[in-house]
This record gives sequence, C-alpha cells and structure tokens, in this order.
Amino acid sequence: MDDVVDTAEPGREPRTLSRRSLLGLAGAGLAAVGLGGIGGYGVADARSSGAAPATAAPSATRTYPLTGAHQAGIVTPAQDRLHFAAFDVTSTSRTALESLLRRWTYAADRMVRGLPAGDLTASPYDAPPSDTGEAEGLPPSGLTITFGFGPSLFADAEGRDRFGLAQRRPALLTDLPHFPGDTLDPARTGGDLCIQACADDPQVAVHAVRNLSRIAFGTAAIRWSQLGYGRTSSTSTAQTTPRNLFGFKDGTANIMAEESAALAEHVWVGADDDPGASWLAGGSYLVARRIRMTIETWDRASLREQETLVGRTKASGAPLSGGDEHTAPDFALAGRGGAPLIDPASHVALAHPDRNDGARMLRRGYNYTDGSDGLGRLDAGLFFLAFVRDPARQYVPMQTAMARNDLLVEYLRHTGSGLFAIPPGVPDGARLSPTDGAFVGEQLFA
Amino acid sequence: MSRASRAVGPLAALALMTALAGCVDNAPAADSSGTAGGPAGLTVESTASACTLSASTAPSGNLVFTVTNAGSDVTEFYLLAEDGLRIVAEVENIGPGLSRDLVTVAKPGDYFTACKPGMVGDGIRAPFTVTDSGADVAPTGELADQITAATTGYVAYVKDQTEQLLTGTEAFVTAYKSGDDEAARDLYAPTRVHWERIEPVAESFGDLDPRMDLRQADLAEGEEWTGWHLLEKDLWQPTAAANGGEEYVPLTQEQRDTYADQLLADTRDLMDRTHSAEFAAEISADAIGNGAKGLLDEVATGKVTGEEEIWSHTDLWDFQANLDGARVAYDGLRDVTVVKDPALVEQLDTRFAELQGLLDQHRAGDGFVAYTELDTDEVKELSVAVDALSEPLSRLTAAVVL
Repeated sequence: MDDVVDTAEPGREPRTLSRRSLLGLAGAGLAAVGLGGIGGYGVADARSSGAAPATAAPSATRTYPLTGAHQAGIVTPAQDRLHFAAFDVTSTSRTALESLLRRWTYAADRMVRGLPAGDLTASPYDAPPSDTGEAEGLPPSGLTITFGFGPSLFADAEGRDRFGLAQRRPALLTDLPHFPGDTLDPARTGGDLCIQACADDPQVAVHAVRNLSRIAFGTAAIRWSQLGYGRTSSTSTAQTTPRNLFGFKDGTANIMAEESAALAEHVWVGADDDPGASWLAGGSYLVARRIRMTIETWDRASLREQETLVGRTKASGAPLSGGDEHTAPDFALAGRGGAPLIDPASHVALAHPDRNDGARMLRRGYNYTDGSDGLGRLDAGLFFLAFVRDPARQYVPMQTAMARNDLLVEYLRHTGSGLFAIPPGVPDGARLSPTDGAFVGEQLFA
Repeated sequence: MSRASRAVGPLAALALMTALAGCVDNAPAADSSGTAGGPAGLTVESTASACTLSASTAPSGNLVFTVTNAGSDVTEFYLLAEDGLRIVAEVENIGPGLSRDLVTVAKPGDYFTACKPGMVGDGIRAPFTVTDSGADVAPTGELADQITAATTGYVAYVKDQTEQLLTGTEAFVTAYKSGDDEAARDLYAPTRVHWERIEPVAESFGDLDPRMDLRQADLAEGEEWTGWHLLEKDLWQPTAAANGGEEYVPLTQEQRDTYADQLLADTRDLMDRTHSAEFAAEISADAIGNGAKGLLDEVATGKVTGEEEIWSHTDLWDFQANLDGARVAYDGLRDVTVVKDPALVEQLDTRFAELQGLLDQHRAGDGFVAYTELDTDEVKELSVAVDALSEPLSRLTAAVVL
C-alpha cells in the first residue's frame, strides 16, 4: 500500500495529469463513453465568464481549479457522479470551525488537482497514511468540491448563536417551508455544512468526501450523505440533455454556463443583495431535495399519461406543442376542443419561467438509487440540486405551486431537504495552507 | 387521497382524450390483442396540403399508423369507415414536428384515411383498403354493446357507493358531533370504504377531494385542514411524541360542528355530481380501466405503506375497498377483455384472487386488524402481491380500447 502512495507523490505539478496510470486513464475514458456519451468535454475552465466551453474528446485528465471568483461545481459542466454530504458541527469552538474550513480547503485543492488529500511523503510508516488511497492511480476525473453553510450553523433550533455568526446570517438562509406532500426524513434533512463532490468517476467523488470527513472528525460529523449518478441536468450547451429515472429528458431549460447575464441575474448573489451578509456576494444558494420517485407505479402509466404529465414527448423531449427538444413550449397552442396541447398542470408548464415570474434556476441534480425499500421496490429518484440567487423567489413559490398542482406529484415524494449558502470562491493566487492559509467562506469569519 | 388531486384528476385528464372506444394511440405493438400475426406498420406524413401514406392498402388485423406532422399546424389523422362518416380510429393533437402512433384493429373492407391539419374541415382524404389476412377480428358491434353495458354498470356502481357514503357519513357525523367518540370511531372505517372504492372518481373532482380527504402532510404552510383525516386525528388523538413533539389540542365543539357539517355537505355535493348526466357521459371504457389501475396505485403508494390512515391505522379497510373498486371495474370490462386478450384475463383472475386471499388472512370481525399489527414480512407479502396484480392491470385499458 505504502509503495503505491509513496511513488505516486513526488514531482506533482498542478493541473497536469498526476494521479493516473495510463491504464487507469484509458479505462476511465471508456467508462465515460459507455455511460451514454455524457462524459467529459475537456473543458479547461468553464468559469471564465462568457467563454464558451470547447467540445473535445472526453478527457479523464481534465481538472477544474478550486480557486476563482466563484466556487467550482456550479457552472462547471455537470460531471457524471455525485457524492453529497451534510455535516453537523460537533465542536462549539469558532476557532475549530475555521481551522476545519482551512484544512478542508487545503485538502480539496489538492484533490481536485489529482493529488492525495495530504502530503504522503510526510507520513511516517507507523502512522496511518494521510490519504485513504483508493483514488491512487485514478485521473482527476473533473473533480469539483463545493462547500456550503446551512441555517443551523448560524443559530441552533433554540436560536442560540453558536459561533458568533448569527448577525451575519443571510436573511434568505432559513429552513425551507413545509410543502404539500413533504415526507421529509429528519435523518436526510438539514445540516450545518455541506460538501458537494462531483466527478466523472464515482470513486474519485467518494474518495473526496471520505477524506474530508476524516479531516472533520472531532469538529464535524456527517449528518447524511447521498450518492448520485447520471447527471440529470446540463449546465453547458456543449452537453446533451440527460434523462431522469422517469425516462424523460430533464432540465432542457436550464441556465447554462455560457449565459453570463442569466448567471448574474439568477445564480450569483449580488454585492447589494443582503447588506447584513455581504460576505455572500459572488456566492449562491443551494437547494437540495431528495425526491423519491414511485417508479413502479410510474412504469405502469400509459405513455399517454406519462407524456401528458410531463408535457413533453418521451422519445425526443419536444414539448407537446411541437418542434424539437429545444423548441420553446407554446402553452397557448390548442388542440381538440380548444384544450391546450400542453396541459396547464403538466410539469413543463408549471416549472417554466413564464409561469414563475421569470424565475430560473441552475439545476445540477443527479439520479439516485439507494437499494430498495423492503417492500420489493427500488428506493430511487432524483437528488435535486439547484443554485439560485434568491431561494424565496426562485424556488419556494415554484415548489409550492408544483406540490399543489403538478400532475407529476402523484409519482414523487420529497424525503430529504437542505438549503445552504454557498460562499464565493477563494481568490486565484491565494496561499492555501492547513494552518494559516486562505479558505472557502473566509469572508464570513472576517 | 392522491397528492396531485388539486389539479387534474384521472377522469378530468381523460376528458382530454377521445372518449371513443376502438381508438387508442401510443399503445405498444399489439402483440397481446389475441389476433394472429404482428401489426402491419404504415407511415403517414401530414402537411398543410398533403396526407401521404406509405401504402394505400394493408392486411386485416392490427394496424399501426405512425403519423408525423410535417406541417406547421396541429394535425389529426382518421381512419374512416366506407361511408366516410363513421370514425373507426383516430389520433388527435399532434403538434408540429411530432409523431404519434395510431394502433387499431381493422376488419377487411374499404375505408378512407384523412389528415386534418388545423383540425378544420373534412381533412385531406384518400381511399384505403384492408385486405383479408385471415386474422380473427372480433365483431365490433358486439364489443360496442359490451362496452356500453360496462360503462352503464360502472356509473350505477359509483352512484350507489356515493349514496351509501352519504348514509354512512350522516351517522358518523351525528355520533362525532354529539361527542360519542366510540361510535364515531366504529363508523369511521366502514363509512370510508364507500369513498375508497370509488377514489379515482372522487379525486376527479379537484375541489372536493382536497377538502374531504387531505392528509396533514399534504397541507401547504398556513393552509386550513378539513375533511376525514382531520376528524380521524381528533378521534385517535396522538401523544405529543407522535405529533411532532407538540401537544395535540382537541377540536372544540364548535370546530367539530363546523368541520363535520362541511364534510357532510361535501359528501352530498359529491353524490349530486355523480348523479348528473355530464358525469355519466365522462365514464368511458378507458376511464374505467385507468380507474382500476389507479386504485391499485393508491394501494401501492398509500395503503400498503400505512400512510393513509396514520392515526386510526385502518389502512387495510381502505386497501380492501380499493381492491373492491378495482375488481368491480375489471369485472365490468372482463367480457370485452376475454374476447380480445384471454391470457390477460386469466392472469388478472388469478392475481386478484391471490391478493384477496392474502388480505383475507388479516380479517378481524367485520373488518381488519390495524395496520400496525402487520409485521414487516406480511407488509412485504402484500406489497409484492399488489405489484403482481398491478402490472397486468396496467395493460387492461389498452387491451379494452384497442
């Protein structure tokens, strides 16, 4: 074991292929193609504003830097795999919390570059290695690690200020309201901190959360976590629209990385949005919802019913008003008897910005399947992730309307939930160190 | 309670579809229709000025027309009888650029095809011939009569259940308002049986269903809770621990009167609406078939999991009632189905009986044991049997209307 990690470490350069063996690279590249061709696109840095991502052969060696004006993992072209984790801070010390974030940032920066979480050359033989090792030999796989802060970090259920941060809690960072039909499991809901790790190789994503969790022991503990596969959204025009577990294309109308103006309007928190929480400027809010699909009953629905409920054709994803996938839906176009071809209670109608006061979201969700439920049915569905500038305006009204009226709700059950403030990125060029370096969310503690 | 019931319920959604029996689109290739041979496939391209078929003749039996709308208006496609008037099969609401399959069973004879871009006028017509393939195609006249009998019978069943629901609700409300909680608890499940038997019908009235059958978890923040489950909770009052940590506050007499009276008025309203001519006209063979499937979906998502009656735990009563309703719907269509798909009938007969046999093991007195008395294995066994029945039941509609 130690010889693997020891020989892998020396001579690493940032942003170059470092953790892979040739064999591993080839294997990962084939795997990505095998997953419906929705693997990598060789985008060097999709966060450069306005830069159209280049489409190239899938590359498992691509990396996305941790630093930048915004955190990576938001407009980054959605990778294939997810490991999301919500943490409870177990320490009462603000210093310990800051230290954790500093050590997390340092380790995350290493891992997204394909390096082990810690410097293995400094690991004594009689100590456990500072990286768990399972990602050794794997390419960076486009890993991004995105950190967030939950409402409970700022004040506990009794309103107590835990870390002297209560005054800086963003006004919009509150627990989401109860929506009709919610059957939230407390063990899958909330959290003081969150980590979204995305990569094209599940082992790379899980490795990241595993090592960050290890670093957190004593300061924070995982409250719940979720694996996801088969990204359900495109976040770049260079990506094809994937399908959710209903078998339909999803997220066709998503905000794309190329839409700079839309990102500024709908995703990034502005400098003047919340005077009490100016630290969040350049950040965003992340809405996480674990949405179980009753896929067994869905699979028994006639194609007529399925298409009526979604409002799109199953085969091409075209709206029922005609055209192809990217044709704008025509909600007024009427068929027999004057009834609109797209049912006003269909998912596409209720989720459309036109029906939501122009609100759009950057969706970045994944399918999930967590085994079965003991009744012979798969526990499967959508792990919904969406980045918004204002959850109260961009998510809550839409979810309220959908929970009440969306025909699809019959087949959906929200079982987990979280809202997190996503701080801006660590500036490019900042010095990172586990003891005294810059860290994600530093502005909050300034 | 269906959680989507505030919107278009199953029946209302069906109203968007054609009510014509003998017409279905988007069905899978009809390999289970009981006729010999695979379906004959034809393509149709509909534009503003042309209706182009890949062939003007086809062998009798199953036909699939794949209709592509290459024009810029919404279009429809028809297969008309020799007289050019009677519609044999149709597919409607095809948006520009989209394709849809029309699957039908045609006897030998002369027909017309017609595309109707813009959904106006007589359409662009052409003669079409169905040659005799030797396939056994059921006489449509007899089937039509059977379907009429099925719909008439089902409408009568729905009416009868709403009448019994009203009678039961009157007694329940009287007991509840007078403070005789024990009597009200005894009446709760046996009365709701009449609701649960026709649940998809009740849900099709999108205003009544949430008022009468909403569960607490289905409420939006700040929304007023009314109906059966509010009274259920008041009759089976939870401890604070079972009530999200909050002490349960019983309803006042005034609240009891208000909510009980509203439930009774809504029940009367439901009965009146199911007795209208408009309601009877909406009940078609596909509505009944989909209703049967919908009832089993209700069992799968609400009853077998014990989520419907979380305070009284009388879920097995609802389970039986949903099954009763599905069975009645199926029985009405069984004569039609046995002609078209005897294998499906055999499978459904068996699986209805198997599920009923399992449920019967949990009978107690006039009703059933509480859901909480079931162990995990018993719930799993029921769930598996529900799935086993639901899967073939989901093919009933297509088998009947094709």
